[in-house]
Amino acid sequence: MSSKSSSQRRSALRHALLVTALGVLAIPFVVPTVWMVAASLKPLPEIFKAPPSLWTSDPTLSAYSEAFSFQPFARQYANSVYIAVLVTLITLLVSSLAGYAFARIRFPGANALFLVVLVGLLVPSEVTIVPLFQMFKRAGMINTHWPLILVTALAGPCVLATFIMRQFFIALPAELEEAGRLDGLGRPALWWRIFLPLARPALSAVAILTFLTSWNLYLEPTVYLTSPELFTLPQALTRFTDAYGGEMWNTQLAAATMTVLPVLVVFVVAQRQFVEGLAHSGLK
Amino acid sequence: MSGLTKTRARTPGASPAATKPRDTSGPPFWTIRRRDVLAGYLFIAPQLAGVVLFVLVPVGLAIWYSLNDWNVFSGGQSFVGVDNYAALADDPQLPSVLGATAVFCGGVVVLNIGLGLLLAVLLNRRFRGATFFRTLFFSPVVVSVVAWTLVWGFLLQDNGGINGLLDTVGINGPNWLQRGDTAMLSVIVTQVIRSVGVNMVLFLAALQGVPAQLYEAARLDGAGSRVIFTRITLPLISPTLLLTAIITVVGALQSFAQIAVLTSGGPELSTTVLVYYVFQQAFEFNHIGYGSTLALMLLSFVMLLTLVQWQLRRKWVFHEQ
Repeated sequence: MSSKSSSQRRSALRHALLVTALGVLAIPFVVPTVWMVAASLKPLPEIFKAPPSLWTSDPTLSAYSEAFSFQPFARQYANSVYIAVLVTLITLLVSSLAGYAFARIRFPGANALFLVVLVGLLVPSEVTIVPLFQMFKRAGMINTHWPLILVTALAGPCVLATFIMRQFFIALPAELEEAGRLDGLGRPALWWRIFLPLARPALSAVAILTFLTSWNLYLEPTVYLTSPELFTLPQALTRFTDAYGGEMWNTQLAAATMTVLPVLVVFVVAQRQFVEGLAHSGLK
Repeated sequence: MSGLTKTRARTPGASPAATKPRDTSGPPFWTIRRRDVLAGYLFIAPQLAGVVLFVLVPVGLAIWYSLNDWNVFSGGQSFVGVDNYAALADDPQLPSVLGATAVFCGGVVVLNIGLGLLLAVLLNRRFRGATFFRTLFFSPVVVSVVAWTLVWGFLLQDNGGINGLLDTVGINGPNWLQRGDTAMLSVIVTQVIRSVGVNMVLFLAALQGVPAQLYEAARLDGAGSRVIFTRITLPLISPTLLLTAIITVVGALQSFAQIAVLTSGGPELSTTVLVYYVFQQAFEFNHIGYGSTLALMLLSFVMLLTLVQWQLRRKWVFHEQ
């Protein structure tokens, strides 16, 4: 039938248009990262050569070895990794407990206390950092990782996590508790054995959000840390300047590549968990 | 998030009437009801403690600091009442800072929600490559802000990649980061492209959460795709739009790293937004009292916006309750 083939042609055309539009829109999302990797492999004079290119005929890894010799970069890398992992684990525990309680348990003052917790979502950490700096100074925790771990794991992204967990749990059917009760489960067992296994999508979303927040922190380490061997990666990236204050372009790009690429690879491999995880936390 | 979109089932804790007459007849003290109350308090305790210790106490301290003048060198402080608040009116830089904050936040929120919704709508259909494009648009989200901003900083140099690219089509690009207006544009666009993927995913999830039967019913009634979008899709995803708008506004007001790395607030004061000014005053100039006052101003903006949004939420998000 001619009408069918013309409608097929029209849908093929629409598909081509859609893909073209998306392809153009994608350029600023993709090219910077590709350029970062390409430029980190170029000899310094080539970086600003016009026209810009994503290709070099003379790739070198010298910028990578320079990144490690100029700063304690391996140490800074380890700092970022252990802080992000620790913060993520604590947040998963704290937010799933609080989210469960706010969604499923009746206790006096629950609504008022939930509002108090929500305040934590609305107060920017940039507001609290001025007094927090004085508090941690008094506690002798300046130039340690404690402020980065404690504040990130219990306030900031954790409050958003609690909110996500509550929204997830509140939509689950009430029969889950009734069935668990018949099996003689108390609240901790209900949380651990029934609700947490169901919450995997929300938990993975929370884990990804929290890990990335900790990994990306910049203001906090800038304010709290002064010793280069305690620095985290974002802070270290901005310190690649030579003795005259000139920026060491390709060394900086090499360090940035090492910061970005592992996370990006995990994201591409586990993109379902990243993207679907976030999506699922909104679906349920 | 779209827990909001569903009618709240009769889940425990959702009802404001949390206190019920207690069963006092039975001998065991630890009734299920009492155990529940204890479990509730214990479960929320770590989160509550975190918020109290790292949010509420600091806000209280910030208010106290704002009423004091600090001498950093002697470590002393003296009560000065509202002097720091009066200083706001005399600060010649503040009007420019507030203007930059408004332009930055407005630009980021409008672009972010608009682009996020556009991408979500384009990707919310079955076609080959949909997953691939979703991955591409989301990928900057997992890139460290500082790394992302450093790279854009290189590309936006006078002799950088973007002007090199413009050069090949015969356009003489500006020195983006050295002019006030283009520096602001650069900061906004850099920020939106890095973060819009999150909103896109949230909107996609909300779009996919709209029951297919509603679309079918509307189509049977002869509704066009535009009517379907404005009468069915938009109302049903409004809770997500609202939550996202709140997070985006708060996020824009908090954008410190982007500005610190890309422009350091310059040229002149053109990209010195409030959060960056707070940092400068409190940590670079050690004006702890005045810095706290500015931080409270930032806080009051966030609170004000949130109150407005809560009001709108009552009006728009009809199916939440």
